[in-house]
Amino acid sequence: MTPAGKKRLTAVAALAVAGAGLVYLATGNIEENLVYYWTPTDLLAKADTVKNATIRLGGMVQTGSKQWNAETLSLRFVMGETPEAGGKTITVVSTGAPPQMFREGIGCIVEGKFDGQIFHADRLMVKHSNEYKPPADVADSHQLYKTLAPETPATHKSGKEDAVRAAPAGTETTR
Amino acid sequence: MSLIGRGLVLLGLFAAIFGIVVGLQAGARKSAVGLAWTRRAAYLFSFAMIAANVAMEVALFTHDFSVSYVSKVGSLTTPHWVTFVSLWSSLEGSILFWGAILGIYVALFTAVYRSRHHDYVAYALAVMMMVGAFFALILSAPADPFRPIFPVPTDGPGPNPLLQNHVLMALHPPMLYFGYVGMTVPFGIAMAAVLCGKLSEGWLKPLRRWTLLPWLALTIGIVLGGWWAYEVLGWGGYWAWDPVENASFLPWLAATGYLHSTVVQERRRVLKVWTLSLVILSFLLTMLGTFMTRSGVFNSVHAFSQSEIGPIFLCFIGTMILFSLGALFGRAHLLEPEGRFVAVVSRESAFLLNNLVLLIFTFTVLLGTVYPLVTEALRGVKVSVGEPYFDQMAVPLGLMLVFLMGIGPALPWGRSDGFRVLKSLTLPVTATLAVGLGGFAAGIHDLLPLATFALCAFTAVITLEELGAPIIRRVRLRKETPVVAAWRGLWASRRRAGGYLVHVAVIVVVAAIAASHAFKKQAEASLAPGQTLVLGDYTLVFDKVDAINDPNRTSVVARLRVSKNGHPEGAMAPALNFYNSQREPVGTPDVKTSALEDLYLSLMSFEQDGSRVAIKAFVNPMVAWIWWSLPLFVFGTLLSFWPERRRAAEKRTAAQAAT
Repeated sequence: MTPAGKKRLTAVAALAVAGAGLVYLATGNIEENLVYYWTPTDLLAKADTVKNATIRLGGMVQTGSKQWNAETLSLRFVMGETPEAGGKTITVVSTGAPPQMFREGIGCIVEGKFDGQIFHADRLMVKHSNEYKPPADVADSHQLYKTLAPETPATHKSGKEDAVRAAPAGTETTR
Repeated sequence: MSLIGRGLVLLGLFAAIFGIVVGLQAGARKSAVGLAWTRRAAYLFSFAMIAANVAMEVALFTHDFSVSYVSKVGSLTTPHWVTFVSLWSSLEGSILFWGAILGIYVALFTAVYRSRHHDYVAYALAVMMMVGAFFALILSAPADPFRPIFPVPTDGPGPNPLLQNHVLMALHPPMLYFGYVGMTVPFGIAMAAVLCGKLSEGWLKPLRRWTLLPWLALTIGIVLGGWWAYEVLGWGGYWAWDPVENASFLPWLAATGYLHSTVVQERRRVLKVWTLSLVILSFLLTMLGTFMTRSGVFNSVHAFSQSEIGPIFLCFIGTMILFSLGALFGRAHLLEPEGRFVAVVSRESAFLLNNLVLLIFTFTVLLGTVYPLVTEALRGVKVSVGEPYFDQMAVPLGLMLVFLMGIGPALPWGRSDGFRVLKSLTLPVTATLAVGLGGFAAGIHDLLPLATFALCAFTAVITLEELGAPIIRRVRLRKETPVVAAWRGLWASRRRAGGYLVHVAVIVVVAAIAASHAFKKQAEASLAPGQTLVLGDYTLVFDKVDAINDPNRTSVVARLRVSKNGHPEGAMAPALNFYNSQREPVGTPDVKTSALEDLYLSLMSFEQDGSRVAIKAFVNPMVAWIWWSLPLFVFGTLLSFWPERRRAAEKRTAAQAAT
């Protein structure tokens, strides 16, 4: 083998080793950062194995389960496979105002951790179908802001002049 | 209109296939007649594609709901600009628009090389037309935007509210498309070189310049995309390692690698195959990006719908990989290096390391992006890769790139004199230490932002020295005024100077990203009228809720008064917009921008009677600098793009040959 060829072989070998190391590093890292998508039934079946993993839990907000405290920004609700009671359910708690469309009976996705009893969510999204099309209940949802429209001006209660201290600034981004 | 549109698409398909066949033949036989016909086919393809887009715009503006695409995204109530941008607001239309951009590029390319580089042009056009034929094929059947609809609807839903909600939607997608589609031209040029089996200086120069343009468009598109997300999505950030964001970032990384390796290639006459491979990789990644964004494999705003074009796309990408790899391996022996590496510590090594880091970066982002697809296919488990993965990989790689961006220009080509190198590093190292210690003294005790700012200072000083030295010389020796000297100094070495200006822009972006991540503050509260929310120095008082009616939407606006350290700073009004066609509202956060920080307010929800609103507030330091860096990116790239005068270029080539 010529000296140049030898040199090239060493270079290629070095690159291969570096590449393999990188693949190892990246894949190891990726496994630690995977976010699993589960339904309440899936999650309860695997509850022991996922103590520290970040999980995305998808399901329906059970009718009559929403407890929202505007002063402390704490939200608590029960998530099940269907909007009505029955079947496997998980209690979800989170801090922060839920999106406008959040309400009982709606499909929703939360991201966070499960301690075996309660799901601690740091992100909450209202589920809507990926296929973009006008939903059937448009008229219904538009009732929401009808009371605010200029034709029927809203009556504002005069609020108390007390300051609401903000929740401590977190580093976690919530969307 | 359906008939005209379909006819034009078919004409384009025909022209492209004709161009492929004739072009490959003309290239192989070096036939002048064949080349002339290839050019005609190219022009015909361009005409057909552009005309088809005009036809679609006419259909959109005349509200011709008998055309399937118009019935899907058109609406009688949308404002004119929304009607215009509806062209690229959904799957079929965006692919049609894609075709028009390819048409523009192909026509431009054909016109520029009407009398030069005959050996290459036929091959290059044939390869570009392969891509053209593929898109025309998709448009003619699986994603036909001109399908006639019966019975004709009287109105349509309008485009996706997320896209109607901000005027940046008129700019961000076309820029990205100009970037994506533009990579087809360098791919054609590179493949022509491979197919001819030779890579002359004369053909390499155009390759670099035809890559710079799409690179710039891609850069603008990515930054505008971040800005759009920031202005619309309401979570206070601009980048989330979403598969679609990654799809645009991947070809950018590869193309950036190419733009650097080509410098080494020209200077040292090595890395020919490597350089061409990077061009090909950039193109393949744009195709992969198109596939990911258009086929609906990912849940995202951009993946418009589950469509059937996925498998066709994969086949095309596979064919292109086989074609380019086959050609590259078949001809690689003809592209032997003429020069060689002489020193380990040299500018070319810095370039090489930069290429390696960029490639690793590309690989890690690609891995994180496609990993969920692979696990779902193989293990049947639905997962996504969390942002921490990307952050953990991207931060060290990004910092390495910043360092290389600084140390590279400080090192000489070829063998270096260690003492002189160290001496030239005195000022940059001093600046690094000054920023590091100064930052620590000022209260930044986190290692990551501190290290980032210090590294940015290091690279900024070296870059500004490189930029400033010739200008200072001009002022001193030629007694020019600083402004004249600055312009002439930049102009005289515009290719290099342009590159350095882009480096400065990158440093600005990196510093802004670091600051906005490390020093971000956020707070959230549910407020009744008169109540306040305190965040850092800011105090927000909630007044009332208003509703504003537009033809296509109704906006609910929260009115707040802002003061900073007790001084009134005016009013802010974050809103939620309800579109007629969608249940979920789309937000319009209100952002008060200053050079140091943004105050960002997002309306989360409201009570129907206006008695309460939930507000999320963020203070995002320096975030606006990310968008403000754009003019510098544009100016630097165009400066670098501007051709040298022929005589100067010849002189330089001669001088290089002598060294």
